[in-house]
Amino acid sequence: MEEVEMAAKKRDEERVASAPAYFDNIHTKRKLLSLINFILLAAGSLLILSPIWWMISTSLKSMAEVMTYPPTFYPHEWNWGNYIKTWKAAPFDTYAINTITITMLVVIGSVLVNSFIAYGFAKVPFKGRGILFAIVLSTMMIPGFVTLIPQYVLFSKLQWINTYYPLVVPAFFGSAFFIFLLRQFYMTIPNELIEAAKIEGASHFRIWWTIGLPLTKPALATVAIFSFNGAWNDFLGPLLYLNDENLYTLQLGLQVFKGEMNTQWNYLMAGSLLVLLPVIILFFFFQKYFIQGINLQSGGK
Amino acid sequence: MSKIVLKNVYKHFDKKVTAVSDFNLTVEDGEFIVLVGPSGCGKSTVLRMIAGLEEISSGEFYIDGKLMNDVPPKSRDIAMVFQNYALYPHMTVFDNMAFGLKIRKFQKDKIKKRVEEAAELLGLEDLLHRKPKALSGGQRQRVALGRSIVRDAKLFLMDEPLSNLDAKLRFQMRAEIAKLHQRLKTTSIYVTHDQTEAMTMASRIIIMKDGVIQQIGTPKDVYDNPENTFVGGFIGSPSMNFFDGRIVNSQFIADDVHINIPEEKMAYLREQGYAGKELTMGIRPEHIHLLTGEEEAELTNSILSKIIVSELTGADTLLYSMLGTQEMIAEVESRTNVTAGEDVYLTFNMDCAHFFDKETGVRIRPEKSAVLVG
Ligand SMILES: Nc1ncnc2c1ncn2[C@@H]1O[C@H](COP(=O)(O)OP(=O)(O)OP(=O)(O)O)[C@@H](O)[C@H]1O
Ligand SMILES: [Mg+2]
Repeated sequence: MEEVEMAAKKRDEERVASAPAYFDNIHTKRKLLSLINFILLAAGSLLILSPIWWMISTSLKSMAEVMTYPPTFYPHEWNWGNYIKTWKAAPFDTYAINTITITMLVVIGSVLVNSFIAYGFAKVPFKGRGILFAIVLSTMMIPGFVTLIPQYVLFSKLQWINTYYPLVVPAFFGSAFFIFLLRQFYMTIPNELIEAAKIEGASHFRIWWTIGLPLTKPALATVAIFSFNGAWNDFLGPLLYLNDENLYTLQLGLQVFKGEMNTQWNYLMAGSLLVLLPVIILFFFFQKYFIQGINLQSGGK
Repeated sequence: MSKIVLKNVYKHFDKKVTAVSDFNLTVEDGEFIVLVGPSGCGKSTVLRMIAGLEEISSGEFYIDGKLMNDVPPKSRDIAMVFQNYALYPHMTVFDNMAFGLKIRKFQKDKIKKRVEEAAELLGLEDLLHRKPKALSGGQRQRVALGRSIVRDAKLFLMDEPLSNLDAKLRFQMRAEIAKLHQRLKTTSIYVTHDQTEAMTMASRIIIMKDGVIQQIGTPKDVYDNPENTFVGGFIGSPSMNFFDGRIVNSQFIADDVHINIPEEKMAYLREQGYAGKELTMGIRPEHIHLLTGEEEAELTNSILSKIIVSELTGADTLLYSMLGTQEMIAEVESRTNVTAGEDVYLTFNMDCAHFFDKETGVRIRPEKSAVLVG
């Protein structure tokens, strides 16, 4: 291993050393170009980030300052206490635990179930596999709102209203996009690997568990992040199915700041930022997989 | 203790392609069978049907008298080595080798013992903690072999296990596999399209073409007595020479070249009505000799040929020339300094020549009674 790296390093050095003189000229040109690039990208980023800044600044203002006109760009008085007040305004501890519970279950369900289904579509030949897969894919074309009411009726007939079942159980039945994404990944694993394991005596379940799961880790990370994001930020689901305040999630909890008459913008923004924080942290750690998933979605890869 | 039997086995793909037709084979315990044939002739398909990775379209397959057609691969107690090794990339060498044992619920210390034994046998002791990515091609191949031997399976299948290795390593691994088989005596079926591998390793060779068995026999048997022109041409390198011609008055006449046929061969050719008929003669390059003295040339059954190309292969020299309008290769001693363009006398060792039916390509053999007498 080390030898290989050494050799590569040496090669690179030689390449640099043997670069012709006119490269100097190109070098300065490149620097200029990259500077322009940087400025443009920075400007774009600032533009995109401006709503976030608006959230942060609002969350630190007093209600009076929020209402002033013209609006202030940054708070005159930094009310860090807003965050504590926000958290205490409602049983946010309970909401956080509820949200974490739901999200974890959804993530576990999505990762395991979709992976298992995708393994079947990719590696287990059976009659009608192609057609079945096409049907699964076609469900991606159905807008979620079309199934909203039938789903509500179904869950209410099951007496699942005001429980977490409607929010969690569907994750254990697979989702077309995740199945598609994981299947694509499984297709890159050579069949011989599966066949070798079969001959060694492993069942399909065992092969999936000991070979499929570890080899599809990057794709599983993508699924985990997407499903985390979906469950964490879900507002409509909890709104529809949860009545009992003890069962509320963070997203529902934020509604306390939106009164009939007026909205407490500073607290709402502080709450939103707190709720957003885990998602942002997660994104920073797993950026790579996020982008991978988006690439696949748009057929970029 | 394992004897395998394939009876009238067929494989059809999508009802149109017939990859294997009427495959019949009995393998005795401890045999090393090599399946050879050109690309696409159905070798892998046969192996995969035996392993249970491919369904048998029709026919029967037995291991030790038990019908196996519908037995899933995991219950067949077979080990298989794949062309591209098929090692689990996320597992260490040890775990790769231990995988099958773990599934079969062996005890930990027993697994360790078995894997270490196999590793020692294959010289992998120092690599047990590595991942496949950090191994060379030859080492990976050894791990794949190791993975199959730890389980002590009834039947050992190998599908072109050496084709990804360079010539030298292939030579080395070939000897190693042969050694391994001598030690373990596991019934084995080995697929290759390299006829040298087939000749050197096999206890019996099966030559296939277009899904049909052409001949089954020991290496010596298929080399010395090819069943038809295909086998004659496929086994042996350089390939057997084939000449189209006619038999007239105990002579084989190709274009304007006359070659005397020994009386014993002539007897059964005549008996089977080939006298005066068109047929194909086959003779291996090493059975064509170079004559030196002119007098000698006059005495024996010789032909004057102009050498087109002279190729030194090391121990031998290959002389390319023409017999009338048909190409001919002779394999002679390397020290004979024959150069291209030279005219030399060549003679055929007709005792080693074969005659084939021109239409069917099947070798014309002495009839049963004749064999008994001879
Ligand atoms: N899954 C399949 N579907 C359709 N046809 C197939 C399939 N597998 C193999 N075949 C066909 O069956 C024939 C035999 O294939 P096979 O792989 O057994 O050849 P082979 O002798 O192993 O060749 P090679 O030396 O190239 O590996 C080929 O014509 C091939 O195209
Ligand atoms: Mg093959």
